[in-house]
Amino acid sequence: MNGIVNSLGGTNTSVAPGTPRIVSSRFDEPQGHTLEGYRSTGSYRGYEGLRAVLDMGPDEAGEMVKEATLLGRGGAGFPAGVKWGFCPPGVWPRYIVVNGDESEPGTYKDRVLMERDPHQLIEGCLIAAYAIGAAQVFLYVRGEMAHAQERVAAALNEAYEANLVGRNILGTDFSVDIVLTWGAGAYIVGEETALIESLEGHRGMPRLKPPFFPAAKGLYMRPTVVNNVETLSNLPWMANHGVSEYRAIGTENSPGTRLIALSGHVNSPGVFEVPQGTTTFRDLFESPEFGGGIRDGHELKMFIPGGASAPWFFAEHVDLPLEAKVVGPEGSMLGSGAVVVMDETTDAVRACLRIVRFFARESCGKCTPCREGTTWEEQILTRLLEGHGRPGDLELLLDVADNISPGPYPVASDPQNSLEAVPYPPRQTTICPLGPSSVAPITSAIRRFRSEFTDKITRRPSIPVGSETPAPATAATAGEVGHG
Amino acid sequence: MAEETPKPVELTDPVEITVDGETVVAQGGDLLIDACERAGTYIPRFCYHPRMRPVGMCRMCLVEVDTGRGPALQPSCMLPVTEGMTVDTRSDTVAKVQDGVLEFLLANHPLDCPVCDKGGECPLQDQTYAYGPGESRYVEEKRHYEKPIAISETVYLDRERCILCDRCTRFADEVAGDPLIHFIDRGSSTQVNTFPDEPFSSYFSGNTVQICPVGALTAKPYRFKARPWDLTEVESTCTRCSVGCRITIESSQDQILRFQGVDSDAVNWGWMCDKGRFGFEAMNSENRLLAPMMRGEDGELTEVRWSDALSGVTSELRRALDGRGPSSVALIGGSRSTNEGAEAWARLAKSVIGTDNCDAQLGDGLPAEAALGLPGLTIDEVCAPGSTVLWMGPDPLETLPVLQIRLRHAVLNDGVRIVEVGPARTGLRSLVAARVPAAPGRLADVVGGLLGGDVADEFAQASEILRSAGDDLRVVVGRANLAESPDTVLAAVGAVRSALPAARFLVALGRGNVRGALEAGLAPGLLPGGIPLSSGELPQGWESIPAEEGHDTTGILSAAAAGRIDVLVLLGADPLTDFPDRSLARRALAAARCVVAVTPLLDASAAGAHIVLPAAGFGEVDGTTTNLEGRVTPVSAKVTIPGTARADRSIAGALASRLGATDSWDSPEDLPGAAESATDGDGPASGPDGDLLVGIDRELPIPSVGDLEVPPTDAYSLRLVVARKLYDRGTMLVESPSSAALAPGSVALLNPADAAPLGVEEGSRIRLISASGSISIPTVPDESVPKGSVLVHHDLEGADPRELVDISDVVCDVRVEVA
Amino acid sequence: MARLNEANEQLARAIIARYPEPRSALIPLCHLAQEQDGWLDEDAMAHVAELIGCTPAQVLGTASFYEMFKLHPVGKYCINVCTNISCQLLGGEELLEHAESRLGVRSGGTTPDGMFTLEDVECVAACTEAPAVQVNYRYFHRVGIEDFDALIDALLAGELDDVVPPHGTLAKVRQDLAADRIANITAPEDQEMPVWIARAEASAGEGAAT
Repeated sequence: MNGIVNSLGGTNTSVAPGTPRIVSSRFDEPQGHTLEGYRSTGSYRGYEGLRAVLDMGPDEAGEMVKEATLLGRGGAGFPAGVKWGFCPPGVWPRYIVVNGDESEPGTYKDRVLMERDPHQLIEGCLIAAYAIGAAQVFLYVRGEMAHAQERVAAALNEAYEANLVGRNILGTDFSVDIVLTWGAGAYIVGEETALIESLEGHRGMPRLKPPFFPAAKGLYMRPTVVNNVETLSNLPWMANHGVSEYRAIGTENSPGTRLIALSGHVNSPGVFEVPQGTTTFRDLFESPEFGGGIRDGHELKMFIPGGASAPWFFAEHVDLPLEAKVVGPEGSMLGSGAVVVMDETTDAVRACLRIVRFFARESCGKCTPCREGTTWEEQILTRLLEGHGRPGDLELLLDVADNISPGPYPVASDPQNSLEAVPYPPRQTTICPLGPSSVAPITSAIRRFRSEFTDKITRRPSIPVGSETPAPATAATAGEVGHG
Repeated sequence: MAEETPKPVELTDPVEITVDGETVVAQGGDLLIDACERAGTYIPRFCYHPRMRPVGMCRMCLVEVDTGRGPALQPSCMLPVTEGMTVDTRSDTVAKVQDGVLEFLLANHPLDCPVCDKGGECPLQDQTYAYGPGESRYVEEKRHYEKPIAISETVYLDRERCILCDRCTRFADEVAGDPLIHFIDRGSSTQVNTFPDEPFSSYFSGNTVQICPVGALTAKPYRFKARPWDLTEVESTCTRCSVGCRITIESSQDQILRFQGVDSDAVNWGWMCDKGRFGFEAMNSENRLLAPMMRGEDGELTEVRWSDALSGVTSELRRALDGRGPSSVALIGGSRSTNEGAEAWARLAKSVIGTDNCDAQLGDGLPAEAALGLPGLTIDEVCAPGSTVLWMGPDPLETLPVLQIRLRHAVLNDGVRIVEVGPARTGLRSLVAARVPAAPGRLADVVGGLLGGDVADEFAQASEILRSAGDDLRVVVGRANLAESPDTVLAAVGAVRSALPAARFLVALGRGNVRGALEAGLAPGLLPGGIPLSSGELPQGWESIPAEEGHDTTGILSAAAAGRIDVLVLLGADPLTDFPDRSLARRALAAARCVVAVTPLLDASAAGAHIVLPAAGFGEVDGTTTNLEGRVTPVSAKVTIPGTARADRSIAGALASRLGATDSWDSPEDLPGAAESATDGDGPASGPDGDLLVGIDRELPIPSVGDLEVPPTDAYSLRLVVARKLYDRGTMLVESPSSAALAPGSVALLNPADAAPLGVEEGSRIRLISASGSISIPTVPDESVPKGSVLVHHDLEGADPRELVDISDVVCDVRVEVA
Repeated sequence: MARLNEANEQLARAIIARYPEPRSALIPLCHLAQEQDGWLDEDAMAHVAELIGCTPAQVLGTASFYEMFKLHPVGKYCINVCTNISCQLLGGEELLEHAESRLGVRSGGTTPDGMFTLEDVECVAACTEAPAVQVNYRYFHRVGIEDFDALIDALLAGELDDVVPPHGTLAKVRQDLAADRIANITAPEDQEMPVWIARAEASAGEGAAT
């Protein structure tokens, strides 16, 4: 019984044998989150990387990251070094905004990084700030992550005290502030321009890119680099061990490791640090260090390879490697390192509705197709699941989806029916990908499990006899709070 | 009314783009949606508005754009055109997207077009017909909201109809600077609303109704009054203040039902203030005067026939002329008239009667030589990118509201820097680069110090800004304080000109057509076209000019009070309400032998007149008007003049002919007026921007002030500042039901440092006592009022600062007692 | 009620000083107000507006966008049951049904004693520990039906007071960024090229480094 345990993240955090721990080396260290722990445990000595970087010029530090091909770990997988280079020359100030608003369903890594190793993130921020020329870093932590906020706050206080952050860091002329700021509950704020809006005190509604590329017109319309927590957490190890050691892990296109949260119907779910590009989904699901097999001898029905926004994969895709350049053409994406496994007991319609409902609830409301379309999709699916489906509902659903994301939507191949994959990414009638993401579960599920949908339309469920439907008492204030 | 169509632009950076297969030359950097429209291809849209920052959120304007990497859907409202861009606005994909967006917008829309004010002129309705699906496939329950809710005194919001385009909320935030309405909640629950119990009290709220692309926002004065297809419209110019916003007058069944802003690049950019927008209500008032009236034996005003009234006026005039001569006749007013009406009255007074006692200002302006003769500036020049402005005028928000909008845009978007110098903080507030307080009487010293670099440290930055502009400094000048002699302003003008001889000025006089009336000759010492009377030139068509120079309004009222005026004509003027010195106005009107009021409504002064002539109002007369820049634009008759009321010009003509003038005065062609003949364009109706008077570059000798003697302050008194609020107790406002309630109550604002020793706090009643009178008034401590001053607003409900003012004093000092 | 009290107003000013523009403090100050009162009421929003120089409508517009800001009073404990995909697969929806039954309120409701507000929430980033529950944003992992009942009992008995503060309090550790510690935070327009970049550029000679 573990119910009444107020829990930190990172319950099961294995790595494959022989894989270096780049970002997770202190996950199992009880004091890894303290300055003392950061300096004395883990796969490198804390803040030594910063010293090394301060001995280089800022350009050299930026070059290191570029050479390493450090891919962004937030979802889009864009090389961080290249992103840094987009800041227009000679325009000051530049800001760094750290995206710690982890909210993509299935994604569970930044929280662990912040709770278990906050100094690693802080050191990463400092290295980035030094290289980019940012004097102010805003570390935006998801509002719902109280422990992460506490751990990061405590670490920042220690670091300021130790002259690792603030004025004249380690006696040099490098001075930077890192300001911890909390979100307040909105998935869309994970999108970088929405995050900037939120940090400016506004509703987290994305800005159109162009013209509002953060590198040119970001926070306060100034050049801004937005990096994910995991991305920056790679920098201290890299600064200690060097680029070539970093590039020796993973593949040419996708060097290094990444954290994968494996959840759903596996025997041992967990947050695993795995080499990019070489690890396959099968390794994740079956290896005893990781998933340990589909739960209780069940069979894999489908899996989501990169968070709720990703189109679904199926049994025939398990041997694909965790490599963006492979997964994309196969019709999905690696996204934020969230792999959700579903066995044959899963109701595809119910799973589809749950993900669609997520996007409908999290739509910011800015673009018409997303605001109206995602809600409409949810309404149709809800109706269908409740036995009020109508003939033509699937065509309607797909067409509503098409009006959010026009044209063929990315989807995995279906060899049984000789259907080819449609490569990622989708087209969109919206500013950001949230609305189009709601289409992923719909096209994925209908293409593979159409009969599960049509069955619900043609065979209306009978009212179960004798089963006790819980009928919660309605309190006076019921419905006043929460989502409409 | 139709959405604004983009005007042609000058091609300074021509780029070639392909629109639906045709090659088009566009201005590089222009938004694609505008470039396409200029090239004749209209792209449907809801959220985009050419006068506001694009947000790209309705997604209706998506088109397929190929810049070399294959066609991609892009919102044309946010995409600048670049060389070689290929645009497809009609592809199957685009058509499907448009169809889809409309279906989404209509999904939760109530489709209550038959009972919606917008039905018939609704972009959602029109675009659904043009681009939308034949029917909706949406069978789910629609969103429901309480409908409609009042978000201000005049604007109602129906959230079910709203399509969340962000136009009203963007307008409130970025154009008006009153972000009191906002998106609330998220996703499909997003709604526009106010903070609880904090209404959308913006002087500009009516604009949101005009730009709403559906019927979500409606204006109380227009709700359910007409259907758009019953309305006919004519273009005109608002004359409620001297900005001269271009508008349409829209009427049905011979009744004006609404005004809408017209986009004039040079003036109002399509915006209006609510006072102007809803001002038509006064013209529809049941209190409009329908027949002439004369005071009978019983002392009461009773209706008479026009011939009797005109005979009455004529015989009074003859009696005066035969008695003490032309200078015993005086005329105050004319700023409410058209240029043509003012010209007719000027000609009647100066040529036919022979008196120079004419003034269109009511002691609240500047000498006409300054108003007409300072080297001029246009609004565009004041607001030009990078310009530096010295503001020593009245509060633009309260007196020239749309100028405030233009200034706001200039400061926030075009780097314009404003240094405000004056006795009280204005609505420019946070827009100013610096504010330097100038106590009453001290304006010239302060301005001179700033321009000479001789200032206290705290104003060094203001001085630096002003001095960095050099001769290119743009000065806005006017009366910020009605309790202070205009000489203090003239002295400040002199200080500017001695430091910067080439400085140019925008003279911010507030009254509607005051500039036109002064140009027409309704000013002492001036003939039409700003020609000095002393020149002896006989204006075209005039028979004579006055033999001696006359008085301004202060002089006229003083003469009247001293019993030297026999006939006083009030041409749409109400000195009892508007003249800053109430005692003098009261005494003058009582002492004049015969007061003739020419007015559409029985204002306070007319109520005491001997003869009242009902005049046509706004929207009832064709002609032209001249704004503060000297821009001449048309005003138009849209409805019939009620009862037997007549146009000002026609009344002047009838009196002239009774006095023996031989020419016909009936039509505008008979009156070759200065304004019309002196413009630089093809006549005043040549476009929404009108034409600038050539005379904007004329220079007249500005009266010199000499050494202004400002009495020293004493420790026991505060110096009075009287400023105007947009909504006061003026007759036109009182007769406009939707505006009448908006006038605030009168309070005395004083610096907390002055309030503290008196032991008064917010709401405490104090007594202000001057040599002329005293008032009891509640107090509001306000840090923006300079120490040593007390600010009371003109003509609000409650205590009246005019009781305190003696117009002959340079400043007005008041003692404060706790009541 | 419910403007920020004096201590919190001091803290609010210190928080505002951490940002280049005051408006950026809007969300942090709403959290502070919610920590004070347990929810975000109108007076508090109006006070926040005053402190950062915007209108109350703008504060409401932002605050209402975010789920964590409660514009009505809520229970001492907000019980957030995750039902998103990873938790749904392992019984999150059944757990929510049980929670509704146990607490006697539907999702979104507050118990009449004011102790609990139940919410059906989106992914809380504990996907490998499904089904996950947060109580006032403190995590409880792999919560079964009995675990849930035990959790409620423990909360009622005050056994978790040390780890679960009343609703509104998020982090119990704050960043201590007093004004004298701040190195560089000023308005954006007052910022220039950082000294270490200037030094690097100077030492790189003419090369205009970026």
